[in-house]
Amino acid sequence: MRTGALDLIPIALLGAVALVALPLVGSPSTWVTLTVAGLAMGLLVFIMASGLTLVFGLMDVMNFAHGLFIAVGAYVAVSAMKLFGGTLGALVPAMLAAMLVAGLLGLFFERVIIKPVYGQHLKQILITTGGMIVAEQLLHVVWGPDLLPLARPEELRGALLFGDVAIERYRLVAVGVGVLVFAATALTLNRTKLGLLIRAGVENSEMVEAMGYPIRRLFIGVFVAGSALAGLGGALWGMYQQAVTVAIGAQMMVLIFIVIIIGGLGSVTGCFVGALLVGLVANYVGYLSPKVALGSNILLMVLILLWRPQGLYPMGKS
Amino acid sequence: MPDLLTLRGVNTHIGRYHILQGVDLSVPRGKLTMLLGRNGAGKTTCLRTIMGLWRASAGAIEFAGRDIARLATPSIANLGIGYVPESMGIFAGLTVRDNLVLAARSGPLDEARLEWIFRFFEALKKFWHLPAGNLSGGQKQMLSIARAIVEPRKLVLVDEPTKGLAPSIINNLIAAFAELKNTDTTILMVEQNFHAARSLGDAVAVMDAGRIVHAGRMADLAADEPLQNRLLGLSLEAHQ
Repeated sequence: MRTGALDLIPIALLGAVALVALPLVGSPSTWVTLTVAGLAMGLLVFIMASGLTLVFGLMDVMNFAHGLFIAVGAYVAVSAMKLFGGTLGALVPAMLAAMLVAGLLGLFFERVIIKPVYGQHLKQILITTGGMIVAEQLLHVVWGPDLLPLARPEELRGALLFGDVAIERYRLVAVGVGVLVFAATALTLNRTKLGLLIRAGVENSEMVEAMGYPIRRLFIGVFVAGSALAGLGGALWGMYQQAVTVAIGAQMMVLIFIVIIIGGLGSVTGCFVGALLVGLVANYVGYLSPKVALGSNILLMVLILLWRPQGLYPMGKS
Repeated sequence: MPDLLTLRGVNTHIGRYHILQGVDLSVPRGKLTMLLGRNGAGKTTCLRTIMGLWRASAGAIEFAGRDIARLATPSIANLGIGYVPESMGIFAGLTVRDNLVLAARSGPLDEARLEWIFRFFEALKKFWHLPAGNLSGGQKQMLSIARAIVEPRKLVLVDEPTKGLAPSIINNLIAAFAELKNTDTTILMVEQNFHAARSLGDAVAVMDAGRIVHAGRMADLAADEPLQNRLLGLSLEAHQ
């Protein structure tokens, strides 16, 4: 996230994609519905992916277990919603509980599994994948092997009608939470010394240490925050799907990797714009040509990387 | 006055390479000590080992009477040591201001100190809100040095500040370091440019093959051309 001159071209690309889709979709009301759905999906993916891009950028850690934190968040939301009665009032405690448990699990993962393999990418991939397999089995033990329903509160079911345009209530919540998370992350990264340190650490962690800041503590904090965000994303995504399985996180990982690669590794702004692009393209293409939808995000990534090989907002690591 | 920094028998291994092979070096307090030597002699490794960025495999590094060889890099920096790496290490995505805000470890930026820095690094004031990645090479070097001295430091380690810079900018940097010397800051500087080294250095140490092969007053080395040729040879031809 760069202070000063923010590159507006990728943001303009978002508008261009939406405008190009309008005549192709034909009906303006359908276009609005698809656009809101795309933004909601994109923002949910952003919440899940933002932590991973910082972990990649700051710590140079390939955490293939990130999907586990998403799954844990979703399962904790199932239990918390049940515990608090499944009402609208239960939503916030459920999201906080999902963040707390996923954050604590992230702390355990960083200290026990990732710490011994800093700087060793192959070992990171192997050990985080192994850790995820073990932890997924533990999820089976705690919550059982069956698909669990995660119903939305009564107030968030159904759609709001604006003339011909139907917008699902829950999608508006997803948009609201996603924007809130982005604003909080952007404010932290741009307006606080902690944020400056994180951004500096993404560029050159050795120099941050040479300036007197213990980067390890920063690593742990970012990893825990990233895991907590993944947990929040998992809770929201589970409610979006209205069902939770152990694979809910792993299934999202391909999309999350696409988003952080498109955005530029380590860039939260890039992750945000990349997630919105992915959400919009997936929804438009899914409507226009469902058979192409599966590969549309891969194609999007290829096109973006041909245009900007380091992603939309390259971080210039040194 | 006792030496501020002393290295005794320091060895550093990087992978299977044995780079520092028993370095003995004394840096007198309040003076500018030049660390000279041919490429690959171990000068940069010496600075990085002092900062704890590479671990000494043997030997003692004493700073203000305290052994720092086993300390972590942030703890070493917090003893009052500033570091200007050869690569400059600026944070390109952060503004000039933010680079300096991070370097000011003890609190907000000291306006008087900033004005003092702007006196010789005027460009930093001009580009205060610009991302540091947009600066020219010379301006980046100015920022890197400014970061190291944005607060008073007991010791500043500087690695080849004039490397790849235009002569006018080199003169500017020489003037800045001359000013810094007047504040009684102790400086250990690696330099290949003998003109700059001669202008600034009070003391000198020459490295070769991972060891200190000569130590003394800079003025003595500057006056002794045969000794210069024997110790620095090719370096002098390339950089004088």
